Amino acid sequence: MIHIPDFANANAIQITFCILAFITVITAFLTIFSRNPIHSAIYLVICFFSIAGHYLLLNAQFLAIVHVIVYSGAIMILFLFTIMLMNLNEKHEVHKPRITRLGAIVSFCLICIVLIAIFINSKPIVGEYDSTGEDFQSIKVLGKILLNEYMVPFEFASILLLVAMIGTVLLSKKEKLKK
Amino acid sequence: MDSTFIIEKSVVIVVVFAVTMIMAMYSTWAERKVAAYLQDRVGPNRAGWGGLLQPLADGMKLFSKEEFFPNTPNKFLFVVGPAIAMSTALMTSAVIPWGDKLHLFGRDILLQATDINIGLLYFFGVVSVGVYGIMIGGWASNNKFSLMGAVRAASQMVSYEIAMGLSMIALLMMTGSLSLREISLQQAGMNWNVFYQPLSFLIFLICAFAETNRTPFDLAECETELVGGYHTEYSSMKMGFYLFAEYANMFISATIISVLFFGGYNYPGMQWMVENVGVNPANVLGMAVLFAKICFFIFFYMWVRWTIPRFRYDQLMHLGWKILIPLSIINIMITGIVMLRNEIGVFLGF
Repeated sequence: MIHIPDFANANAIQITFCILAFITVITAFLTIFSRNPIHSAIYLVICFFSIAGHYLLLNAQFLAIVHVIVYSGAIMILFLFTIMLMNLNEKHEVHKPRITRLGAIVSFCLICIVLIAIFINSKPIVGEYDSTGEDFQSIKVLGKILLNEYMVPFEFASILLLVAMIGTVLLSKKEKLKK
Repeated sequence: MDSTFIIEKSVVIVVVFAVTMIMAMYSTWAERKVAAYLQDRVGPNRAGWGGLLQPLADGMKLFSKEEFFPNTPNKFLFVVGPAIAMSTALMTSAVIPWGDKLHLFGRDILLQATDINIGLLYFFGVVSVGVYGIMIGGWASNNKFSLMGAVRAASQMVSYEIAMGLSMIALLMMTGSLSLREISLQQAGMNWNVFYQPLSFLIFLICAFAETNRTPFDLAECETELVGGYHTEYSSMKMGFYLFAEYANMFISATIISVLFFGGYNYPGMQWMVENVGVNPANVLGMAVLFAKICFFIFFYMWVRWTIPRFRYDQLMHLGWKILIPLSIINIMITGIVMLRNEIGVFLGF
């Protein structure tokens, strides 16, 4: 079912959503299409900010601000850093063989199909939370749920991050030893 | 949402904005006066009494300078850089409680632009976004010295953000709230957090110095190595915005330190004042007390700047990653042990 919004009778939240969705999609496309890697990164930052705006529309303040801190404030800054330090631009771009491009297109289409399948089958669970009367966006509730119900996945995620960190340190040390 | 609410909030926001600008303006004057005092000079004394009109004269001078654009392919980003730096410097003031409340026109007016329950995280979010202003400006200048300055500033800010966040966690474990208003209310009657979390305060203070790129961590604008740092290519008011943003940041971080660790607007006997003299005088005095604390910390920033020479860059990174981060993790563990001392005692069979 495709829901077509009723623009004539839209309220403030729907209009905000439409503007944010427009910015998100446009900047996401510009990230892929712009030639300059720095411009790509900056478009991606704008995209992340508009996604944080979507979270705010869903009343998830904590998620929105953590999204800004982690993605815009940490990850994208490191990205920009790498691009600036390595001075990447169009000239340095490696020409990719045709088979790689074909593979990329096919895998992208497959991911699209999977995502569509997920969205069609997923149920809107936001509505059910309203009736309990508890503030689900507060960090108290979030912390209780993360450390009680989802304790094991939460700890596994932290172990995964730790392993990734050790791996990077090891890789950078190895290069030094070879020299 | 009624219109009086919107008017009330607009007035609060405009006043906070104006006060931040004026404080930043007079910080430049105070900086020169403090430097002069510490170096046994007179300092600015031509424009106005004691040089009080000097900031206005400086502003006029910056406005009337030629607007110079370097030979860069990114003119737009070149302009956006100082704009981001300035707006992020002014954004934090939205969540700071300047006082408890005033009773005017038959209604209670909260002296805070907005009381969101993640105020402290909002502060961290804005600080982490502030790096973009410097990075984009430095890169768009198309100048090696600017780029080096920007990379230095950004890596320093990113590194010290971690220690800053970790030092805050120990405080959060104690207060149990991220709302700055809630944290202020908990410190009523000399229950200042600095007495309970001195280590956390020390780490936060050092990180605040690094975040605002002030001496002894001002390697981003090390004249002997980098000409002028990330704003080498800037002139006129764009340059002014970068400098102004630095002072606005200094004001805001002094405010955050006062609110988190030094009781915010609380002063001994505030409860007595509210009961015996009235809500309004008590809170006006509270605001004055908060500004006295802020002014002290701004003075402290300047005092350090004109006393201590700057570090070497590897020393800076060593301090951030190998000393402050482990220290703040130890602080978290000590806080946890003290908070759970009864449970641990029962567990060990005391």
